[in-house]
Amino acid sequence: MTARRVTVTSPRAAAPRRRLPGPRTREIDEQTRLGEVYMDALIRSQLKLSLSVCVILVTLIGGLPLAFALVRPAREAQVLGVPLPWLLLAVAVYPLFAGLGWWYRRQAEAAERDFAEMVQRR
Amino acid sequence: MNLAAVIAVALATLLAGFYGLRLSRTTSDFYVASRGVSPLANASAIGGEYVSAASFLGIAGLVLAGGVDMLWLPVGWTGGYLVLLVLVAAPLRRSGAYTLPDFAEARLESMAVRRAASLLVVLIGWLYLLPQLQAAGRVLASVTGGPQWAGGLLVAAVVILGVVAGGMRSITLVQALQYWLKLTALGVPLVFLAMAWRGDGSPGISDTSWLLPDVGDDRLYSTYSLILATFLGTMGLPHVLVRFYTNPDGAAARRTTSFVLALLGLFYLLPAAYGALGKIYAADLVEGGSPDTDTVVLELPARIVGGTLGDALGALLVAGAFAAFLSTSSGLTVSVAGVIGQDLLRGGVRSFRAATVVAIGVPLVLSLVLPSSLPVATMVGLAFALSASTFCPLLVLGIWWRGLTAAGALAGLVTGGVLAGGAVVWTVATERAHSWVAQPGAWTVPLTFLVMVAVSRRTKRPPNTARTMVRLHTPEGVELDRGDWRPRRI
Repeated sequence: MTARRVTVTSPRAAAPRRRLPGPRTREIDEQTRLGEVYMDALIRSQLKLSLSVCVILVTLIGGLPLAFALVRPAREAQVLGVPLPWLLLAVAVYPLFAGLGWWYRRQAEAAERDFAEMVQRR
Repeated sequence: MNLAAVIAVALATLLAGFYGLRLSRTTSDFYVASRGVSPLANASAIGGEYVSAASFLGIAGLVLAGGVDMLWLPVGWTGGYLVLLVLVAAPLRRSGAYTLPDFAEARLESMAVRRAASLLVVLIGWLYLLPQLQAAGRVLASVTGGPQWAGGLLVAAVVILGVVAGGMRSITLVQALQYWLKLTALGVPLVFLAMAWRGDGSPGISDTSWLLPDVGDDRLYSTYSLILATFLGTMGLPHVLVRFYTNPDGAAARRTTSFVLALLGLFYLLPAAYGALGKIYAADLVEGGSPDTDTVVLELPARIVGGTLGDALGALLVAGAFAAFLSTSSGLTVSVAGVIGQDLLRGGVRSFRAATVVAIGVPLVLSLVLPSSLPVATMVGLAFALSASTFCPLLVLGIWWRGLTAAGALAGLVTGGVLAGGAVVWTVATERAHSWVAQPGAWTVPLTFLVMVAVSRRTKRPPNTARTMVRLHTPEGVELDRGDWRPRRI
């Protein structure tokens, strides 16, 4: 009588390979209600960030022509012998743009990291 | 010496183009440099391509003629990149499209919208190329004494040779170098000019109407319209968008764009100083009619420094100006040719080469038969207004609003295209820059948004909108089903 050889494995070995219930990315792939909620949260957070930069632009930059027109000191003031409108339009706006861009990029990347973490968690 | 400077820049550009031929072997190299370009090189290339003759020569000329109000132009041209960064950069790159028509097709799943977008890319590209070539003719004629037609022809010839030889890959290398060349060419002479100005006892400017903002109602309207057109128009310029596909992913597109903001800010510190020096030393140019002020940058060294040094600095500025004509023209030509080659011809390298000749040939012929007295920056402003009234609503609504439909987009593109296009034709035909028409942005942009939203509300969304939104907004690292749309070619 010969003994049959069998491979002895842990009953748990196969279990982790089946991806049930699976990552939350599947909710998005299958376009379930939950998947929509995830996508909505991402788009909303990014749009809110983008619009806040736009609002800052509209207030600071869009307000300038009106300020020059309505506020006499804004139009005629001098800083170090240079008229204020020149200082603002020829110099000051550029660091402002670069700074806002840098801030936005960091915030947007953080929002994407949060999203990736949320949907890849099991 | 001026002629030698022009020839040197032309030869250097061609050499770099032919060197690029060895690097670019596939069709995708031709169109988008196979996306193998680092953010730093890409940002320099964007800066190099974007800083056109309107920036290098035109701003100083307009500031000389119009004073502080003209500084809104460079402010808008830079601010437009900030708006592009926050609203468009990453999603556009993630869409996977190579061109604006590709994006329209991917998002709206409609060939009709695609064709409308193709037509607009070609129109905006030509509208932007035309003043480049016209100004090249005027400026080169005035500094070398040659005939008017020669400048535009020379620019077109170098562009065709460079693009046909190397495609996008070589263009990227050339453009990146061009940014630094232009910054040096404008920055170094300014140091000498400023020293000579101090040696002269630092004369000031007493003309307060020039120094202080004009606050008439008309002026206020023009300023706001200009702000709207430039801040929103940048994202729709064909040569700006094509650069985004050379980034490896959405995050890199953002990094590149935020770096571009710094490079442009650095460059735009310079033209205002030239305008102010021009007011002191070359105020007589204004009396000769506005286009002549485009040459103020080139004339200042001879007037302020003089002698051999003045000539040498002048030649450096001529080299920078010619580089500006070349870089912007080739960037525009590549993107217009890409669209013509892809949508009208069969696609592939051979079509791209044929399309290149058409892309710059048409505006070249127009520039020869349409003598224009409008300053280069005014014409460029019209291209911005047309782009802001068509592509800006398409991109912004397409990216951020699920509700946009093909019918809505098409209705909006037609509305904005006809209104802003009509304003362009009227301004070019009459050669008069009347504010309501020459600066149409303030009424055409909101109207286009309105039409797109209203029509979209009443029509059906494209079937794969949800999948497209996943594609546009999710970071590439997350494994997701993003649909199987690919640009048609390659």
